[in-house]
Order: sequence, then C-alpha cells, then structure tokens
Amino acid sequence: MRYLISVIYDETDVATPDEDAAIDVFNARLQAEGHWVFAGGLASPDTATVIDNRGGKAMVTDGPFLESKEYLAGFWIIEAADLDAALDLAADGSKACNRKLEVRPIL
Amino acid sequence: MNRTDVREAVTRAHHEQWARVVAALTRRFGDLDIAEEPAAEAFATAVERRPAEGIPPNPAAWLTTTANRKAIDRIRRENKRVDKHKEAQRLYDHDPPEPLGAIDDDRLRLIFTCCHPALAMETRVALTLRMLGGPTVPEIARAFLVQETTIGQRITRAKAKIKAACIPYRVPSAQDLPARVSGVLAVLFLVFNEGYLATGPDTDPIRHDLTAEAIRLTRLIRALLQEDGEVAGPLALMLLTEARRTARVSASGELVALDEQDRGAWDNALIAEGHRLVRERLAAAAAGVAPGRYQILAAINAVHTSARDIRDTDWSQIVALYDQLVRLDPSAIVALNRAIAVAEIDGPEVALAAVDRLEDELAGYHAYHATRADLRRRLGRSQQSRAAYDKAIELAGNTAETAYLARRRDQLR
Repeated sequence: MRYLISVIYDETDVATPDEDAAIDVFNARLQAEGHWVFAGGLASPDTATVIDNRGGKAMVTDGPFLESKEYLAGFWIIEAADLDAALDLAADGSKACNRKLEVRPIL
Repeated sequence: MNRTDVREAVTRAHHEQWARVVAALTRRFGDLDIAEEPAAEAFATAVERRPAEGIPPNPAAWLTTTANRKAIDRIRRENKRVDKHKEAQRLYDHDPPEPLGAIDDDRLRLIFTCCHPALAMETRVALTLRMLGGPTVPEIARAFLVQETTIGQRITRAKAKIKAACIPYRVPSAQDLPARVSGVLAVLFLVFNEGYLATGPDTDPIRHDLTAEAIRLTRLIRALLQEDGEVAGPLALMLLTEARRTARVSASGELVALDEQDRGAWDNALIAEGHRLVRERLAAAAAGVAPGRYQILAAINAVHTSARDIRDTDWSQIVALYDQLVRLDPSAIVALNRAIAVAEIDGPEVALAAVDRLEDELAGYHAYHATRADLRRRLGRSQQSRAAYDKAIELAGNTAETAYLARRRDQLR
C-alpha cells in the first residue's frame, strides 16, 4: 500500500539546518526499513505555473492552482502495510521536519 | 412453523448473532461492505424462506454460511468489473489471520477498526452501532439529533475511507493500545446507552443485544489492559446500569422511574461486580489517581444501587459527586442531572431554577422537559407541568419512556 505524505506549511521560511538533519535521519530510516519510494521538497508556491490543455489549446497561467495560506511544502511517497503503519511513520516525519503532515492513500 | 414464529426466531438471531456474523465476514473478506450487506441479505433470506423449510438447528451457523455464500457471489459479480487479481486473492486467501495477542475475538477487532482515530468521533459511533447492532439508519440518526441522510452518508464515507486508506482490522499492538482504548470506550458507552434507552417507534425500548455486547467488549478490553484502571469506570457504570434493566420497564411496557422500581428485581451479581470495580477505583483515587468522568458516574450509580429503598438514598453524596463531575465536564446535561439530585435536598423550587437556566442548550432534549414537568408537578403547577410533559413526549424517542410520560401527564389534575 502506498501513501502520499504531504508537508503542510504556512510560513515562507525554509527548513533550518537542524530540521534538515532530522529529515535526513528520517529518510535513512525509511530507506533502511523498506518504506522509501520517493520524496522531495518543493520550491515556494510563487514559482508554480498552471497549464490547462483540456480544450486542445494549452493555456499557461502564472501562480499556484489555489491561493491559500497553507500550502504544500514537500512530500514523501511511502510504502506501508496499512494506515496504522503509515501514521506511525508520519508521526516521526512530522517531528523531524517540524511541520504538519497529511497522509493520503494512493489508489 | 408459521411466519410469525420464523420472524421471531430471526429477530432473536439478529439480536444474538448480527455482530458475530458481520465480524466473521469482515475478517474473512477484509471489507465492511462485503461483510454487512451479505449479512443483511442472509437475515432477509431467513425471513423469506424458512417458513417453508423450518428453522435450522443452528441458526448462527446457517446465517454465517448463507452470508458467506452471498459475499462470495457478490465478489464474483464485482470481479467482472474491478481488479480481478486483487479480488481473487481476497476470495481464495485462506491463510490464517495474523495472531492477535492475548485475546482472539473478531468483534473486538471490528470495534478497533470502527473506532480508528482517523475517523471523526461521530462517525465512529455511527459505524460501531451499525456494525455491532445492525440498527436502521433512522435509529442511528436519533442518537445524534441530525438528519438521517447525514448519518447514512457519514457511514458510507467511513467505509470508503477504511477501504481506501487501508485502516487495519486488528487489535492494536500492546504499545499503541492504551492510546486507542479511551476512544473505543467512549464509543462502547454510547452503544450501551442506545441499547439502554433505544430510540425509534419500531424498536424494543431496551435493546439487550446492544447493552450485552457493549459490556462483553468492555470486559474483553479490561482483560487486554489488566493494569489499566481506565476501563474499570465505564465497565462499572455499565454493570450498575444494566443491573436495573429488568426493573426499568413494567409488564405493560412502560418505563419505571428509579423511585418506583422494584429493587428486589435488580441483579445482585452485576451490582456486586460493579461495586467491586468502584471500590477499586476509590482506592486508586485515595492513592492520588484523579478519577475520570466514567468513574464518577459509576460512583453515583453505586450510591443509588446501595440503597435498598429510595428513601435510604444518600443524596448529599450524590450531589457531592455531581459537583466533582461538573468540574471535569461542565456540560448542560451534567448540570441537568445534578439539579435532579439537588431537588432531593434543597427542594424542587431550587432545582427548577437551575434547570430553567439550561433552556438554550437543552430545549431540544426530551429529558430537559421531562425534568421540568416533574419539578413543576411537585410544586403544584399542574398546567405548566402538563405543557412540559407534552413537549417531552413530543421529543422522546423511546416507546417505554413515552408511555411513562403520558401516564404522569394524565395523572395531573
């Protein structure tokens, strides 16, 4: 079972060196225990570009697809046996990156 | 065998076996929908077919087998549409389930799934009631004072989330267990309450299947967490309430209030077990463990069940316990119950003044109006009392309670 763990944040600052170090430790654990699939930090929402080609003519727009105070700052994709296992990992991840996380199953 | 006999036998089997059948199917198929719908179909089939064929010697086994067959039919039908490989695995996977720890019980597993912290509290209660008791949607809806469609949607969404997010079907590990238990106890207590004062015009006024199942599961959780005092409070409260069950409804189906109950009909074994638990928690409180909400409520019930006659009730002790409870839970419902005890010490006038202050929060709650009706009656204000009884009858969902309230109203002059 795969889960998307989204990092939810509402400030503009990036991770501190301490947070980065803790994230490295957490990532190493994900890899060692076979939970790691992929992860990444995201540049700020201001850097986003939206593209819509549903009408056959690609429309490019500047900015994120929704404006909100909270935004997606990064993510993990993990492999876990069930939601309990995913939530256990996410609890550690939230502590490591010092941010709120959302856990969502991938179909 | 005629249709009525069969219907009665099926109703009895429904009460006794519903949760067992649903839990066994959930374990086998790992899906609440594939457990619940075939179980309901099996019960429906029993009502239709058994008049011709007679009641099988072991209705539980017959129901489980029928429900299993229907579940497999359903999965085969769905196989044509969905991921064949995955469904086939589910269908033919006969590996024994993961070993559980001390207690192996399908229904205990089921309740930990239904009460998962990833579900909202109201959802947990609705889902647990549905899976353990199999009550109808309107019955569940009344427990929450919301529209039945809301509850129906809530249950549907919860089942979809359990499936999609892979919320596990098992008792949590020893390490996670204490954190999960308080949520489960809260839900079991609400299930117990629904059984104790069942709502709906077509339900028995007391659903012993729900009260018994809530007690059974709470006992199992206590066995899982032997050293944890938290379970003793709700268990004692349920036992001391259940002990009065048979005295609570008269032969004519009317609710019997505490002051009119035949105390000789109370279940002494349950009372003794409940008192033992309350004493255990009192000793812990004396040693410095702050008592929780259920423990205080259990202690209040211990005071009631210690009096062999209503006149022997130690009301000042009860008010003192409510004072303690108000500090933990300053809700209007606690204030209402405290006022009922206050009436026994300070008189109905003082109590009525306290109750009247709760109108904003409790105007939609039948017990608020029933309490006002009783206090006004004791103050000789018959006309006002009648109006309050009318309102209480309008709002009460329990048939025995409605009958009781109607009698009290009709006795007014």
